[in-house]
Amino acid sequence: MTQTRISAVFRFLRRRLWQVVPVVFGIALLNFLILQLAPGDVVDVLAGEAGAATPEYMARLRADFGLDKPVPVQFLHYIQHTALLDLGFSFRQNMPVLQLILERLPATLALMTAAMGIAVISGLILGVLSARHVHRAADRVISIFVLVTYALPTFWLGLMAIVLFSARLGWLPSSGMTDISVELTGFAYLRDLAKHTVLPALTLATFYLAVYTRLVRTAMLEYFGADFIRTARAKGATEARITLFHALRNALLPLMTMLGLQLGSILSGAVLVESVFSWPGLGRLAFESVLARDFNLLLGILLFSSVMVTVLNICVDVVYAFLDPRIEF
Amino acid sequence: MKFRIFLNAVTLVAFLAVSALTQAQTVGRNPVRGGVLNVSILTEPVTLNSGIHTTMYIGEVASKVQEGLISFDADLKPVPALATKWEVAPDGKTIAFDLRKGVKWHDGRDFTAADVAFTLKEVWQKIHPFGKAAFANVDRVEVPDPHRIVLHLSAPAPYLLNYINAYGAPVLPKHLYEGTDIVNNPYNAKPVGTGPFVFREWVKGSHIRLERNPGYWQEGRPYLDGILFRFIPDAAARAVVLQSGEVDVSVGSALPATSLAQFRDKSRYSFNLIDGNYLATIAFAQFNVNEKRLSDKRVRQAIAHAIDREALLKVVYLGYGKVATGPIPSSVTKYYSPDTRQYPLDLKRAAQLLDEAGYRADAGGRRFGLRLVIAAGQTQYTRTAEFIKQSLAKIGIDVELQTLDYATSLRRVFTEWDYDIFVSSMHRLPDPTLGVQRIFWTQNIRKGVPWTNTGYSNPKLDALMEQAAREPDETKRKAQIKEWQQIVQEDVPILELIEPVWITVSTARFRKLALQGDGLFSSWADAWLEPGKK
Repeated sequence: MTQTRISAVFRFLRRRLWQVVPVVFGIALLNFLILQLAPGDVVDVLAGEAGAATPEYMARLRADFGLDKPVPVQFLHYIQHTALLDLGFSFRQNMPVLQLILERLPATLALMTAAMGIAVISGLILGVLSARHVHRAADRVISIFVLVTYALPTFWLGLMAIVLFSARLGWLPSSGMTDISVELTGFAYLRDLAKHTVLPALTLATFYLAVYTRLVRTAMLEYFGADFIRTARAKGATEARITLFHALRNALLPLMTMLGLQLGSILSGAVLVESVFSWPGLGRLAFESVLARDFNLLLGILLFSSVMVTVLNICVDVVYAFLDPRIEF
Repeated sequence: MKFRIFLNAVTLVAFLAVSALTQAQTVGRNPVRGGVLNVSILTEPVTLNSGIHTTMYIGEVASKVQEGLISFDADLKPVPALATKWEVAPDGKTIAFDLRKGVKWHDGRDFTAADVAFTLKEVWQKIHPFGKAAFANVDRVEVPDPHRIVLHLSAPAPYLLNYINAYGAPVLPKHLYEGTDIVNNPYNAKPVGTGPFVFREWVKGSHIRLERNPGYWQEGRPYLDGILFRFIPDAAARAVVLQSGEVDVSVGSALPATSLAQFRDKSRYSFNLIDGNYLATIAFAQFNVNEKRLSDKRVRQAIAHAIDREALLKVVYLGYGKVATGPIPSSVTKYYSPDTRQYPLDLKRAAQLLDEAGYRADAGGRRFGLRLVIAAGQTQYTRTAEFIKQSLAKIGIDVELQTLDYATSLRRVFTEWDYDIFVSSMHRLPDPTLGVQRIFWTQNIRKGVPWTNTGYSNPKLDALMEQAAREPDETKRKAQIKEWQQIVQEDVPILELIEPVWITVSTARFRKLALQGDGLFSSWADAWLEPGKK
């Protein structure tokens, strides 16, 4: 990469980071307005779960939570606080929203990095193998395999994995992120974390695996017939070199595009897997906050995810530049 | 028909035999010290103070840390907890409690009558959702010495002693709550109590950890080193962790009836079916009496005659429960009376009642349509609703199922009154004045408040219920409450369907010295893990 190219990337970054502000603000606005349409509020749910309440008590809670104010006033409050990066307080969980999110974030990131890592790497391997052996037995077997894993509902697959590996064989723990009955540190902790991550990460990976495999296979096949591959062959490059350095590098571009889009689901897309494996992640927190009408928390999670998604997309754009020198900013 | 009765009798006998056996199994002798008990509950609680919030999941955890003045035995008779003795004056207008001496809060301060007086005035009477009604008659509290408290009542409150356990009226430490905003006090999430277990940590979304209270007032107890409550949101996953031994107890019907078959092996698992008797839950179909057709009691009676609740019990509840015969469940033995109007399955009678009410069937056999509202997420409500839809089709009533999320269903039913039938369940509590009166009382018609009366009003019943609420004479009170049940069963503003049981499933390792009618809120001071068993 030349000096001018690197400075072009920086210029691009500066421009894009400024664009994040209005985008995130627009999302925050829409979130607030859409949530106003949901019937019932957090006080209804609290009183409903308690099995009884008095009108005075409910009125008091609404006043405490600021829900008795007219919607425009609530909206102004929300915008003011959001502008100051104050995500507010979850009255249901009795905790600041930011603290709740940050507590769950490591779990979500661990699960999603593991799952995405597994999906991308095995997707690449399977895709390349398929393309190399196109229309032969290996290709067929791989195609059927990824199609089946994609078609199976993830929660069912997760449950079956628990039944087999935890209940029957007793190899892996069925739930949680760490063994909460002992306190581990250092290497032992990481080993324990890895053991707990295997099943949920594999389960979640099956959902993405099929898409990546098919994408890589198609792109590779397209490039195998391209002029520059023929040139590479003509100059005597080995098949392995052609596959890995000529075709695959190009095939990575559509994969990156898809990955960039799917990173959006990092923070919220794993509700089912999180539920089945009792994984203390953000997806479940978001889901529960919808049911409980805990809108401060939900708005916080949504805002947080929108920032993460826009930032991650910018990262993907930068990665393009490294993969493909033809891309200009 | 005869065959069906025979079958029911057989199921009943088998059921009783099974429950007797398994209850004997949970109860053990020769407790052993040590070990951490792993427990799964249905839902993660939102706070850990039963004094301000009466959701049962909160009580299931908090009752190990907080204590009430009394507790209940297997027959729901009050037994001493923080109070060692109590007397009720003959006119019912004073209740005196002698408090246990030498009890300390988990932070080392002494527990005294001042704590009880403070909690009563500031928490039970002001904030607790049921306490406001339960302690309404308490005018004045007297603390003659640090270990005695006397309640002076404006009118007798015979129901108090049926309610004030660790869930109904937990005592809070005055020194941590006085002068604070009680609802938002940080100690609600890290409770300080007098109970056998001390709160240690709460990792949201994962678990709550409790540890042995070394200074507990019961000598030598608790036997367990600690308790870990784990939140496992998926029902099937909850079944797996019990099978794999990661969890030893699953309380409060955390396992759906449909997955209980895999725990039939009596050498490895035991069932306890009386833990929830205190809550006295009944599943019901509530009618919107403001709706033109349903305002006619003949229509409501016709619907009652069209639903075969014996079959409902078998099909939906798989036999775990009883058919409800009225507004007061049979577990409230003192006041329960089945001697009321009953609605056995009788389609002819149902059709006749609808004809009388002026809703004749058209050529296609159809009379009219109704909307049935349920909250999503609870399988047995969904299946009950489907069962009702099928049943009512037979008498020409077309039911449209409306499955809404929890908050929406509450709004639709209790704020907007925009529904025809609502299927759900409600705790009736050990005393009808506390848990049942509110459903039918005209003064409890309060739009916007969940679980209030949505419009049914009968002045004669109102008078009777108000009388029973302050009747010190037990015999008279029983008679009043019997008549109350008769009126309600005649009017059927609510069709009582099933008395479901709250099922506790545990591995053979889990043992207790005695069962309790309020076992969901047992302190587990007398629970232990049997060694050498898996």
